[in-house]
Amino acid sequence: MGTGTYLDLLLSGLVVTVKVSVLAWIIALVSGSVIGVLRTLPSRTASWIGFCWVEFFRNMPLLVQLFLWFFVLPELLPRSAGLWLKQLPNAPFWTAAIGVGLFMSARVAVQLQAGITSLPRGQKQASTALGLTTVQTYRYVLLPMAFRIILPPLTSEFLNTIKNSAVAITIGLIELTGEARSMQEFSFQVFEAFTAATVLYLLLNFVVVTAMRFLERYVAIPGYITGK
Amino acid sequence: MTMLGNFDFDVIRRALPYLFLEGMRFTLTLTALAAFGGLVFGTLIALMRLSSYKVLGRIAGFYVDFIRSLPLVLVIFWFYFLVPYIGQWVTGASRPITVGAFASSLITFIAFEAAYFSEIMRAGIQSISKGQPAAASALGLTYAQSMRYVVLPQAFRNMLPVLLTQTIVLFQDTSLVYVLSIPDFLGAASKVAQRDGRLVEMYLFAALVYFVVSCVASFGVRRLQSRIAIVR
Repeated sequence: MGTGTYLDLLLSGLVVTVKVSVLAWIIALVSGSVIGVLRTLPSRTASWIGFCWVEFFRNMPLLVQLFLWFFVLPELLPRSAGLWLKQLPNAPFWTAAIGVGLFMSARVAVQLQAGITSLPRGQKQASTALGLTTVQTYRYVLLPMAFRIILPPLTSEFLNTIKNSAVAITIGLIELTGEARSMQEFSFQVFEAFTAATVLYLLLNFVVVTAMRFLERYVAIPGYITGK
Repeated sequence: MTMLGNFDFDVIRRALPYLFLEGMRFTLTLTALAAFGGLVFGTLIALMRLSSYKVLGRIAGFYVDFIRSLPLVLVIFWFYFLVPYIGQWVTGASRPITVGAFASSLITFIAFEAAYFSEIMRAGIQSISKGQPAAASALGLTYAQSMRYVVLPQAFRNMLPVLLTQTIVLFQDTSLVYVLSIPDFLGAASKVAQRDGRLVEMYLFAALVYFVVSCVASFGVRRLQSRIAIVR
């Protein structure tokens, strides 16, 4: 690392930011979708689980959640498991990806729930009338519609994931903000370091927004104003 | 379960005065003032965006989009570095002025939250039917009067649940002043945790407190929302 230019450092920070964000986003999408579906099922237990999950991850600051995963969890596990966790190479990276992912999953779940409940009741009833099982109803009827409807809010949640990944600086992950900060400490070029990081964040935002616009247009349903 | 056996409640008990009288007071004061400042400036930005002067709208739109594409942590670093220079510029001093931790984080959060509050207020203003400002101006009210007495009170009222929810998010976000080693509630907990080597107790307790406060607050917002909904 010592031989690289400051731009190299920033770009490697950008790569870490992108990696953490994408991994966190996958975790958020998968677990958030499961929880979002649970919240719409008629079963009492299912919606109770969904409720607890969302309230748990939504009512604590992300920073505190990262501290819980990073500092507290290894101590609460049996000694050998805790030791294994602590000695994991790249522990801040995995903690950040999982921590940010679970934090965002609560938001994805709420969005998906809203998307599913916004569908006309007839869709579910028609599926039942056609003899589709609950799984089939969700797989072939409700989810393909709901995801298309919530694509715009999901875009901003993905952007939030990228921004939230900067919180991982507190558990020692050197991502984009972290690189800018350490550059500032080495070189005292505060203004340049932060400006460069800012520009990179704006670029990242722009890329994501453009890509999602494209995706929205690609999957848009005729007759719905999802794509805009 | 090695750790729960020697979970030390006494560490928490002894730290309580410091945690709440110093830490939580800082957090709550910062939250309240930043929410108020954010609302005031956010409303101004929203009015700029909706004004008929295109240039004002552009400037406001640029500011909102710009702030909203940056991580709060980076904005905190930015302002921590910039505020002394802004102070120098405002007061005309010969050197960058020294700004306390509280003032610096307050300015940061007001500037940051104003962008988010302005989007809420913009939606609120746009939710008022066009007939209302039209009727106001037919009655001879000036633009300022029609905003002050007709549009903004209703927009504020309609958006109150959203504004309060954003304030709960702000309450959680203030924990990020941790990166400046400022003793807000989490910072205070972290200081005790590191001094006494009791990370598990202090961080679990901090998590519990944030959780309870946020839960109670969002429960209150939900009740308020259902009460407002009946009126409309």
